[in-house]
Amino acid sequence: MAEAVIKLGKRKQKSSFIDKVKEILPEGGNLNACLTCGACASGCPATGLADMDPRKFLRMAALGMDEEIAASDWPWMCTMCMRCIYVCPMKIDIPQLVFNARALRPREERPKGILGSCDMALKNDTTSAMGTTEEDFEFVVEDVLEEYREAQPEFADMEAPIDKQGAEFFLNQNSREPVTEPDELVPLWKILHLAGVDWTYGSKGWAGENYCMFLADDDAWKHVTEMSVKQANKLGCKTFLNTE
Amino acid sequence: MTFSVRAGLKKFNLEHNFEVKNLYEYYAKWIREGKLKVNSDWNKDLKIKFTVQDPCQIVRKSYGDPIAEDLRYVVKSVVGEENFVDMQPNRSNNYCCGGGGGFLQSGFKEERLQYGKIKDDQIKATGADYCIAGCHNCHAQIHELSEHYGGNYPVVHLWTLICLSMGILGPNEREYLGDDLKEVNVFHPETAM
Repeated sequence: MAEAVIKLGKRKQKSSFIDKVKEILPEGGNLNACLTCGACASGCPATGLADMDPRKFLRMAALGMDEEIAASDWPWMCTMCMRCIYVCPMKIDIPQLVFNARALRPREERPKGILGSCDMALKNDTTSAMGTTEEDFEFVVEDVLEEYREAQPEFADMEAPIDKQGAEFFLNQNSREPVTEPDELVPLWKILHLAGVDWTYGSKGWAGENYCMFLADDDAWKHVTEMSVKQANKLGCKTFLNTE
Repeated sequence: MTFSVRAGLKKFNLEHNFEVKNLYEYYAKWIREGKLKVNSDWNKDLKIKFTVQDPCQIVRKSYGDPIAEDLRYVVKSVVGEENFVDMQPNRSNNYCCGGGGGFLQSGFKEERLQYGKIKDDQIKATGADYCIAGCHNCHAQIHELSEHYGGNYPVVHLWTLICLSMGILGPNEREYLGDDLKEVNVFHPETAM
């Protein structure tokens, strides 16, 4: 017979990291429901990196090891691909736990590459992580289009409109294409042309990438998404079409 | 990017009058409707084998297996069904390549390549000559895996193959094709730069 109840999981503080995440997720992200089966960890490519895996990460959060979680680089090695929640029998939202763990660090201490790409996207209304301005984008698109219309006469009436009012599709594009490999824009334009698609880029918010989301900076993520959304609304497009 | 927009609209409750869609669904639709007259004759004798990466953001995180099926329909239409080899596991159950979530920009290169070992093993196990990657992060990561682990399989965008199959891919639009496909079905070869 047990004489005293053994107390497990002494919390270091009253409202720990995991409790805060539970508050903001539907059904608390099921973060209390772990059966410790290990399906998440066994099917996770990030298992073993930084001496961590998804199950261990969740257990540490459950045990209130908030300082260790904040100090770990693992949340930046997990890609939040959601395979863990996909295979989890209890549908535990480990990716959201990771996302929120990224935000435990002061913004300026988060990985420089992601931070720099997010900050760059905030500089222009194009939201390009490569800092491409509206003018530069317009120049590249027009220049490439003209070159191909001439070189490939079958496509002499091909279009690549920017801010075409009432177009059906609002298309976005990864900044790397217009900036570093403009010829890669062309196959997609040809496909849209042959399919007879009524589409447009937006001078604002055409850039498809969003590093602010990866940075776990909600305000900046919102800004980047809102810029594209407002432009698509303004142009009256019915479909927001993502290339990736 | 599909996921950031879909999740962002919901999370920040942004007013909008449009649907958020991904291009793969439309490639499939336009091929089914006969608007894109693709065919795989160019690969009948070449028999170059292709596998495809399921981008997490589009498949598992957004539209699930139906869009993975659309993706396969497009790939098979342009390279030939007999020249497509699926990796295992696949569709919603596929592994992330390790290029997502900002990993390519986070500075942990060694860990990122270790993460990607599973993807490289999956691709090699198919015996495919090429890996098709739809999104830019996947493309960059798998390309690096191919060089780092010595598989040296080219990694190619889907739009490149769609245009190749329609005979409208020019000589300067072949950056990511391997030597075996640089000269195949070239549109306006005289414009080579």
